Amino acid sequence: MIEVIDLHKSLNGVQVLKGINFKVDKGDILALMGKSGHGKSVLLKHIVGIMKPDRGNILIDGEDISTSRGTALERLREKFGFLFQGGALFDSINVFENVAFPLREKTRMHKEKIREKVLRELEQVGLPGVENKYPAELSGGMKKRVALARCLCTDPEIMLFDEPTTGLDPVTARSINSLIKETHDRIRFTGVMITHDINQVLSIVQKVAVLDAGTIEFTGTPEEIRATTDPLVRQFFNDYNA
Amino acid sequence: MIRGIANAIEGLGHCILSSIANLGKTGVFLGTSILYTFIPPLKISRVIKQISFIGFKSSLIVILTGTFTGMVITLQSYYGMEKFGAEALLGPAVALSLIRELGPVISALMVTGRAGSALAAEIGIMRISEQIDAMEVMALNPYRYLIVPNLVAGMISFPLLASIFNVVGIYGGYLVGVQLLGVSEGGYFGEMINFIDMKEIRFGLYKSLSFGLIVTWICCYKGFHATYGAEGVSKATTEAVVTSSVLILVWDYFLTSVLF
Repeated sequence: MIEVIDLHKSLNGVQVLKGINFKVDKGDILALMGKSGHGKSVLLKHIVGIMKPDRGNILIDGEDISTSRGTALERLREKFGFLFQGGALFDSINVFENVAFPLREKTRMHKEKIREKVLRELEQVGLPGVENKYPAELSGGMKKRVALARCLCTDPEIMLFDEPTTGLDPVTARSINSLIKETHDRIRFTGVMITHDINQVLSIVQKVAVLDAGTIEFTGTPEEIRATTDPLVRQFFNDYNA
Repeated sequence: MIRGIANAIEGLGHCILSSIANLGKTGVFLGTSILYTFIPPLKISRVIKQISFIGFKSSLIVILTGTFTGMVITLQSYYGMEKFGAEALLGPAVALSLIRELGPVISALMVTGRAGSALAAEIGIMRISEQIDAMEVMALNPYRYLIVPNLVAGMISFPLLASIFNVVGIYGGYLVGVQLLGVSEGGYFGEMINFIDMKEIRFGLYKSLSFGLIVTWICCYKGFHATYGAEGVSKATTEAVVTSSVLILVWDYFLTSVLF
């Protein structure tokens, strides 16, 4: 379970997050929407403990990641998978090495088992046979799929997605969203997904939050967001539908 | 007028505070890196890879610069010494200059230009493309994977490269002094043995060792804290090379005044 309590953060003198509060229940996915530059990625980086808040707490299964250090922080981070906007694949190693990296470094799994698992994950994301390619040889969609395979190979309890379909063509975006849905159905991770792809994610997520100017302006289920008359939320919803 | 002066003082204050904060961050970065050097496991395969990158791949440029540095100081020293009839001391003069000063300093400056800049750029690109963040999210320590191997590799490679520089420099001096200018071969090498003891060689290697630490520390730090965009990486790379080069010369002065 993820619980964000009264989160504040300023960057270079600008207050980016002004008291964020929300909760994601175990096994649920929250879609986080909002205008670009309004702190969505900053919020995600706080949840995983890459950034520390000026004030507030982030509880991961009851433990505060914002105050955790050293091995306690590492233990909490082992629960996470994070799909970065650009994939964040290590560009000096090939696809196989990228996906195998967390397994080699964080588990005592045998070489053969790692090979099997990596190839299985690549197949599940629809990319069999690319294991010897380097990230520079892949398209944007393929990079995101490989990054997803790298996240999933450690069987994370919590998945964070930073705009998983931004910049992709509609067909690839749909396939990435279906992949996320299939994976969620299979392993029931808890997730937070930053997205602008409102139409497609409403069938995947259990909750939607709208972030505007550093505060959460709306939280509700997909049905509630469809029915709301809140002008700000409607504007988001209509803009994305336009 | 008064407001202008107040603004100037405020700006100066900000500048001083930010410099002190940066200095502190640089120190903490070094402290953390050294700490993780002594906490196992050390990534041996990464260390070997970086020794190859920083050391082995810099050897050609070090051999070239070492040879020509030895040749030019022999030429310069010969013309000075000839006036006093002290050509016999040409060998020790060349060897002392190289072992004490030029070997460690010039090889460090050359490696800073070749490998230091590449280190800063590589780590900087990893920072802006969120590869370092990805590592942290995987609960892997980026210091252990990126910084420590470079620090260790630098401290192993720099003394070796300085030694190569010294040897080829002395040989370059031999080519000019003995083969070209006619100084006796026995005098060139014989006097060298009389004037140079292990202490000189050891102190030269201490210098290289510290330069290895300085260059990898500064270059890794600048890359690790690169700001966003291509401009951020370019700025980090430039700052890494300039700061490392200046620090090599400043530290060289202090170390020389203490060691010799």
